[in-house]
Amino acid sequence: MKIVVDFDLCESNAVCMGIAPEVFEVRDDDFLYILDENPGPELHDRVREAVERCPKQAITLED
Amino acid sequence: MIVFAKPSSGVPSRPSRSKTEQAAPLTATDSLAHIVIVGASLAGMQAAQMLRRGGYDRSLTIIGDEPHYPYDRPPLSKQYLAGSWDESKLRLRAAVDPDELGIDWRIGVPARALELSGSSVMMADGTSIPYDGLIIATGASARRLPGPDLEGVYVVRSLDDARALRDAFDAEPKRVAVIGAGFIGAEVAATARERGLEVTMIEAAKSPLGRVLDTAAGLAIADLHRSHGVDVRLGVGVHSLVSGEGAGAHTVAGVALADGTVVEADVVVVGIGVTPNTGWLEGSGLTIDDGVVCDETCLAAPGVVAAGDVARWPNVRFGEQLTRVEQWDNAVDQGAYVARRLLAEDEVAPFAPVPWFWSDQYDRKIQLAGMPTSSAEVVHGSMAEQRFVQIYGRPDRDELVGALAWNRPRQAVQARQLIEQRATMAEARETLGG
Ligand SMILES: Cc1cc2nc3c(=O)[nH]c(=O)nc-3n(C[C@H](O)[C@H](O)[C@H](O)COP(=O)(O)OP(=O)(O)OC[C@H]3O[C@@H](n4cnc5c(N)ncnc54)[C@H](O)[C@@H]3O)c2cc1C
Ligand code: SF4
Repeated sequence: MKIVVDFDLCESNAVCMGIAPEVFEVRDDDFLYILDENPGPELHDRVREAVERCPKQAITLED
Repeated sequence: MIVFAKPSSGVPSRPSRSKTEQAAPLTATDSLAHIVIVGASLAGMQAAQMLRRGGYDRSLTIIGDEPHYPYDRPPLSKQYLAGSWDESKLRLRAAVDPDELGIDWRIGVPARALELSGSSVMMADGTSIPYDGLIIATGASARRLPGPDLEGVYVVRSLDDARALRDAFDAEPKRVAVIGAGFIGAEVAATARERGLEVTMIEAAKSPLGRVLDTAAGLAIADLHRSHGVDVRLGVGVHSLVSGEGAGAHTVAGVALADGTVVEADVVVVGIGVTPNTGWLEGSGLTIDDGVVCDETCLAAPGVVAAGDVARWPNVRFGEQLTRVEQWDNAVDQGAYVARRLLAEDEVAPFAPVPWFWSDQYDRKIQLAGMPTSSAEVVHGSMAEQRFVQIYGRPDRDELVGALAWNRPRQAVQARQLIEQRATMAEARETLGG
């Protein structure tokens, strides 16, 4: 699983960080940082949840 | 409150977003050979996706009255109205390829009635669709002002509404009057200003967003709009719409206010809230009272669940009272929950999320987690600098139940987690303050 975020869509509302903080982090500069682009299988369910709960549909997964 | 299957477990102690793990596993039983979803939008689409992901491989029908595949509404008052997004960007991702989920689409035709005893949905074209399990996700419609329909008066709920308003904005009206300073009205006002249009925003309450925010936070919204050049009129109701003279008699020319003044406007946007789409359920036997009344697991009748803006259920996290939530994240969460609820053979933990809402106005990200109350305090930043966190305590005990964050997304997420953990106000001050 590879995580791709469309930063033109992302508005840094940190929803993804609330769901998978190991992978997504919104810092005080208001930008989203991806801490782990290829998260291990134990994180896949939560990453998928973040994909669905991102209100901007900004996160996509590549195999 | 009606209760069909009282769960024994009470309030789930784990955060609501891990319900994926805590709900019973999906089992596509023979008793559910056909599931019908009424309402082809956010909640319904999420339910469909969750049914398929959970292994439900039987027949699935989605009924929607709009002539479009499911699309996302929040951009309608933001990027789409601003002209920066076109329609192709609005489609919900799960519906980009309509064949992907093996759905039998019935779009462009409304459901007209529900026959509970016969387990079937009557369609407006006279056909009927039987079901074994039913998901009601018909959402809500924009409220309109009484009186005759005048040209130049708009609401923003559907793509067709937004298309019409966008066309009106493209024609460069002299002034846009926005009636109602709720979230939708405030966003439309902001987008109109960003397009360089003159805007007057009229609100009967003393402060904007009076239904959700306290007066101080509401007035901060008013300041934000005034600093962007909106003529904000607070505490004054609308008397009537004014039409033009002669040939313009069917076209709006302004808004007459209760104080006798008239705001001249060639475009009027009405943002005075929504009503749940339950007309088709009248007489069905379901309890309808400002939405489809459900138990704490979103069950409205055996085999019938409701989700999204149309559902009214007791969120046991906050008490017994019935709530209806008109928010994007809730529609996604509840849509997924009811799919699991319908298929679960065992008792399911109640649907008891911490609601979360965002609104974009100008360069502000406004986020509200949980429930606002009257015991409010600012613990981070200040309203004057328009970057702050305000927290809300439960009146009857020391517990954080809500938080409002302006341009403070990290804190909004933290606050949501603190609410889930039932943090004390002191803990909230310590974590969110500074
Ligand atoms: C302009 C706008 C901006 C918004 N911005 C935000 C925001 O910034 N943040 C946020 O949290 N939320 C926002 N929302 C709210 C969010 O979009 C809603 O909470 C969400 O759309 C609810 O989804 P739903 O599926 O429950 O209902 P809906 O999206 O209302 O969908 C219900 C569907 O059912 C259809 N239907 C109704 N009756 C029938 C019938 N009898 N037969 C067949 N079909 C029927 C309707 O036409 C509609 O297509 C916004 C909403 C709007 C309109
Ligand atoms: S949830 Fe989506 S929009 Fe929000 S920070 Fe994450 S990627 Fe960006």
